[in-house]
Amino acid sequence: MPVEWYLVLSALLFATGVAGVLIRRSPLVILLCLELMLNAGNLALIAFGRSAGNEEGQIFALIVMVVAACEVVVGLGLIVAMYRRRLPLNVDDLRGLRG
Amino acid sequence: MVEVAFFVGAIGALGGAVAVIALRNPFYCVLALVVHLVSLAGLFLLLYAEFVAAVQIVVYAGAVMVLYVFVAAYVGGVEEPLWEPIPGQRVVAPLLAGALFIELSIAILGTALKATGTEGPTIGDGFGSPASIGELFLERFLIAFEAASVLLLIAAVGAVVLAGRRGEQGEA
Repeated sequence: MPVEWYLVLSALLFATGVAGVLIRRSPLVILLCLELMLNAGNLALIAFGRSAGNEEGQIFALIVMVVAACEVVVGLGLIVAMYRRRLPLNVDDLRGLRG
Repeated sequence: MVEVAFFVGAIGALGGAVAVIALRNPFYCVLALVVHLVSLAGLFLLLYAEFVAAVQIVVYAGAVMVLYVFVAAYVGGVEEPLWEPIPGQRVVAPLLAGALFIELSIAILGTALKATGTEGPTIGDGFGSPASIGELFLERFLIAFEAASVLLLIAAVGAVVLAGRRGEQGEA
C-alpha cells in the first residue's frame, strides 16, 4: 500500500476528531475526541517513518502516547473534581473563566 | 492481501471514530474508541511498527481505556441538551471538519515528497522490533525518554491533587 493512503486516512480520522470536539458538549466525550486526533497524528507519524525507512517516527509516536496518557490523567482528574463539586458536566455551562 | 488488511483496519478505525462522536451514551463512546484503537494497532502492524502496535493494545486500549470506563461509570450518563447555544452548530461543525479534511488531503496529495506515492524503501528484519526501539530510546533519544518519565510523574501527582478529597471542608 502506498504511504499516501495511510496519510489520507489519518487526515480523515483527524477531521472526525475535530468534528467531535465541535459538536459534543460532554467533557468526557471531548477528551475521547482529543484521543482520536492524537491517534490520527500517530498514524501519520508511523506512516512517514515507514516512508523514510527509519524508526524515528515510531519513537515520536511513542512519545505522543506518553503525552496523551498524561493529558488523559489530568483531564479525567478535572472531570472527577467537577463531578464532586456538583458542577454541570457540560462545556457550555462552564463559562466561569469567560470575560 | 495487504490491501484487504488495510481496508479492514481503515473501516474499523473510521467506524470506531464516527461511533465515538455519534453515540449519545459516553460509555458506548469509550467502547467505540477501543474498537478504533485496536483497528489502528492493526494498521501499525502493516507499517512494520510491531512494538508500537503492542503498546497501543496493552497500554492504550487496555490501561487508558479502563481509566475512561471507570470515570464514565463514576460520573454516569451525562445528559447532553438538545438545544444549541450557537445557532446551527450541528450543521456548521461537520462542514468545518470536512473543509479541514479537504485541505489536509490537498496538502498530502499535492506534496512534492515523491516517497509518499510509494510503499517506502525495503527494510531489514528487525525494523520496529522492541530491541531496535529500545536501543534508539536509550541511545539517541535518551533525553526525550527521561523527559517523558518526568512528565508522567508530574501528571500522576497533578491528578491526585486535582481529584483528591479536599473539597469536603468547604475550601477550594
